Amino acid sequence: MATSKVMSVEEAIKKYCFSGMTVLLPGFVNVGVPEVLIEGLLDAGIGDLSVISNNTSVPGRGIGKLVRANTIKKITCSHIGNNSETVAKVVAGEIDLTFVPQGSLCEKVRAGGAGIGGVLTPTGLYTPMMEGKQVLEWDEEKGEYKFLEGEIVPDPTKKRFILEKPLHGDVCLVHAWKADKMGNVVYRRTSRNFNECFATAADHVIVEAEQIVEIGELDPDEIMTPGFVVDAVVQGRTLTEA
Amino acid sequence: MALTGKDLIAYRTARFFQDGDVVNLGIGMPTKCLDYLPEGVDVWVDSENGVVGLTGAPKEGDEVDPNVVDAGGKASMLRTGGACFDSFRSFGFIRGGHVDATVLGAYEVDAEGNLANWMIPGKTAAGMGGAMDLVTGSKITIVMTTQTDKAGNPKIVEKTSMPLTGYHCIDYIVTEMGCFHVLPEGLKLFEVAPGVTVEEVQAKTGAKLIIPENVGCMVKE
Repeated sequence: MATSKVMSVEEAIKKYCFSGMTVLLPGFVNVGVPEVLIEGLLDAGIGDLSVISNNTSVPGRGIGKLVRANTIKKITCSHIGNNSETVAKVVAGEIDLTFVPQGSLCEKVRAGGAGIGGVLTPTGLYTPMMEGKQVLEWDEEKGEYKFLEGEIVPDPTKKRFILEKPLHGDVCLVHAWKADKMGNVVYRRTSRNFNECFATAADHVIVEAEQIVEIGELDPDEIMTPGFVVDAVVQGRTLTEA
Repeated sequence: MALTGKDLIAYRTARFFQDGDVVNLGIGMPTKCLDYLPEGVDVWVDSENGVVGLTGAPKEGDEVDPNVVDAGGKASMLRTGGACFDSFRSFGFIRGGHVDATVLGAYEVDAEGNLANWMIPGKTAAGMGGAMDLVTGSKITIVMTTQTDKAGNPKIVEKTSMPLTGYHCIDYIVTEMGCFHVLPEGLKLFEVAPGVTVEEVQAKTGAKLIIPENVGCMVKE
């Protein structure tokens, strides 16, 4: 018997979220951001967050609400340019920022959710993104990789990759278009963005859905995130403006 | 009317596209390419936030879906035949060589094809977003830039010392003065803007250019 995971925002936050947690927050600028659950975090007084996200929305919206409320101590993302308040707090040393290229961020989280020990990517080679990371070089003759040591001199003839390690969170907050009561999810258009991937990489997953439907109403082939990775479903809000 | 400045850069850049190409256009000047597509060339605009088939900002009367945005987070329209996908697949397509061309701007580029467009030393960077992945994986990478910065310094140099976005990643550079091809032997000027001489381009380029016997014109009538 499939049981309903529908609960109130308050209940879901209380059950799975805590101050000091590492939280995965999907969304691209203002689209596909779990805004209702973010407001729930603020209402519950949860702070001291380590956030993994692509960006920080715009001032005062979405993840920008957490920025404004000073509840983020650390953030791993690819871009903060849309939010001047984030930039100011980074400059002031109030938020500890780590940049990760957007595609590498996806792969790190995907690895974290898929039980993979890391991924090899050419992205970021010979850029500041290579600093402090292990670099592997493919040896065609031996048919194997070797770790490079010491200073790495760029060489266009060599096939090299950065080893990107997995990312995993305590909680992932997801924004869905439709979810059934057991947590099967469908995303809409570009609000899908990081949601599908991020929803695999946390101990607990809370979904806010614009529409909550009955179990059986979603076609199994249209489900993008299966309910078995979801712990709770709460009523979300329809996005009215990008 | 003669094309000048950014319009000329967009016009020439759009001539790299072939009918049916999937192209990723950076925010700002690169999106202007769509205004200058050659006749008979229809492209599919990829956006790294997980969509192919964007057509640009909604026009009056369009039915807007706020869930459709471009890589700048701005509302966009999605054409019939377009498709949406998760970010990790989006970047898989990008790194995996499934995008025909990526077009982006630059702070500085060099004769080796290195691109610096995300970080100015001493300033807090906004972040690289998807740029590092895009320049790593696309079949061709085209940089659209003005020939010089606001102070008149060349934006094309022999070897950039700025933090890189990508190493040896640029194929073509298009400016309002010329069109450049990055080759293993160096940077080749293969076209100049109408009324501009090879010498004038060289004078405003910080790298020694390879000049072929016949240099073409950026605008072909």
